[in-house]
Amino acid sequence: MYDSGKILIGIVIFIIVFSSPIWTNWLNPGEAKTPDIKLPANYKECVADKDYMKAYHMDLLNQWRDKVVRQDIRFLTKNNKPFMIDGQRAEMSLTKTCMRCHDNKAEFCDQCHNYMDVTPYCWNCHIDKYKAPKDVVPNEEDNKQ
Amino acid sequence: MGLLFSIIAIAVLIILAIAGAAIPGLHPVFTVALPYLAIAIFIVGVIVRVLKWAKSPVPFRITTTSGQEKSLPWIKQNKLDNPSSSLGVIGRMALEVLFFRSLFRNTKAELKEGTKIAYGETKWLWAFGLLFHWSFLIVFLRHFRFFADPIPFFVKYLETLDGFFQIGVPIVYLTGIGLLVALTYLFLRRIFDAKVKYISLASDYFPLLLLIAIATTGIIMRYYVKTDLVAIKQVAVGILSFHPITPAETISPWFYIHFFLVNVLLIYFPMSKLMHMGGVFLSPTRNLANNNRMAYHENPWINDENYFKLHRHTYEEYEDEFRVLMKGAGLPLEKEVVNQPAKDGTEKEDK
Repeated sequence: MYDSGKILIGIVIFIIVFSSPIWTNWLNPGEAKTPDIKLPANYKECVADKDYMKAYHMDLLNQWRDKVVRQDIRFLTKNNKPFMIDGQRAEMSLTKTCMRCHDNKAEFCDQCHNYMDVTPYCWNCHIDKYKAPKDVVPNEEDNKQ
Repeated sequence: MGLLFSIIAIAVLIILAIAGAAIPGLHPVFTVALPYLAIAIFIVGVIVRVLKWAKSPVPFRITTTSGQEKSLPWIKQNKLDNPSSSLGVIGRMALEVLFFRSLFRNTKAELKEGTKIAYGETKWLWAFGLLFHWSFLIVFLRHFRFFADPIPFFVKYLETLDGFFQIGVPIVYLTGIGLLVALTYLFLRRIFDAKVKYISLASDYFPLLLLIAIATTGIIMRYYVKTDLVAIKQVAVGILSFHPITPAETISPWFYIHFFLVNVLLIYFPMSKLMHMGGVFLSPTRNLANNNRMAYHENPWINDENYFKLHRHTYEEYEDEFRVLMKGAGLPLEKEVVNQPAKDGTEKEDK
């Protein structure tokens, strides 16, 4: 073999680079936790079934956003009738509908998003009420008054 | 012929993957056994190929490089295209590996006004080649989010840059489009350019079609037919941390096609032209400084005891072998052809 020093350096770099997913998984086992989603205890109904929501919730929210912001259509309908959840007309709103039940971003949204390194820009505008300062988000007792 | 063969091969592979997805009993073959086999073949195969290349001696510097070599002090040297130092060689290699310097020099010959031959620059292959390779690298690095746990820091930066325009949800990645556009160009070039089509073989079409199929299934899964990504990541992390798991049933067949074709790519890689990934670093016209007359270059065979026992084919023997033909071609000869009948032992007399 000729230029064996340089060849070996090249091979070592190749092995390190292409085995990096293996040894990063070894060096920091289980740092990024597998998702552990807390489903709301008191609510059973959702706007769509679980499998659809799991894969397509971002599509749904995007369609809602367009309808509300661009067409001023605010309420969900099903078969031309108002869609009711928990006795109320369901509004196409992340904060008012989704997060009424799934109220804890850290225990619901972030579980998968962090695991898969997804950074949706929902939170550029919408508020995680557990992290917001108290004077920004009215707490639930204020709402009742 | 090569094109048809490649299309059939890709179709068969996709059918295999669909069958693998449809039969739950086969899932461990596709998500456990095959990936380990593919990774092992890829890494060992690349090393074997490189070691095989490293056994070839490069007895002299190949200096047919564009650019002025180092000469008299008042002649300006082109230090990057014709380097005489190690630093210059590193620069030339960086230009070659990162920006495809050689391909940038690509020219085309055309006949103008009937018989006038005209040479001109042509950058299309360079541009789309560069677009393909950079897109592929970034797409590969972005995929660390699917199999690395924890996810390396660079993934987030790449995602932000790649989705800079925030088109749609999920945000469209520019490299995804770039990858498919560039591959389409590289493929159509082999079909519609008669000169390139003439020299194209199955080993040219197959990797392009394989990559097109991989990119297409990936794009379909991201934007159209979504699937359970968390379950997929658990499978991938399981493989790479050597604790493989049985894949969840919520994973769609699109993933099986995508993943199976990636495994095929890894297996195919070391035994194909794709080895130019390693080969580019071993190009003698790129990685040797032009210091033929500045430094002492030892004959690489000088210590081989058999070297001096080798029979040397001298010019006399060469001329003996080809004298009549050379005479016929009007080449100058050291010894004239002896005008005797060949049957009469002319050759003996010559020797």
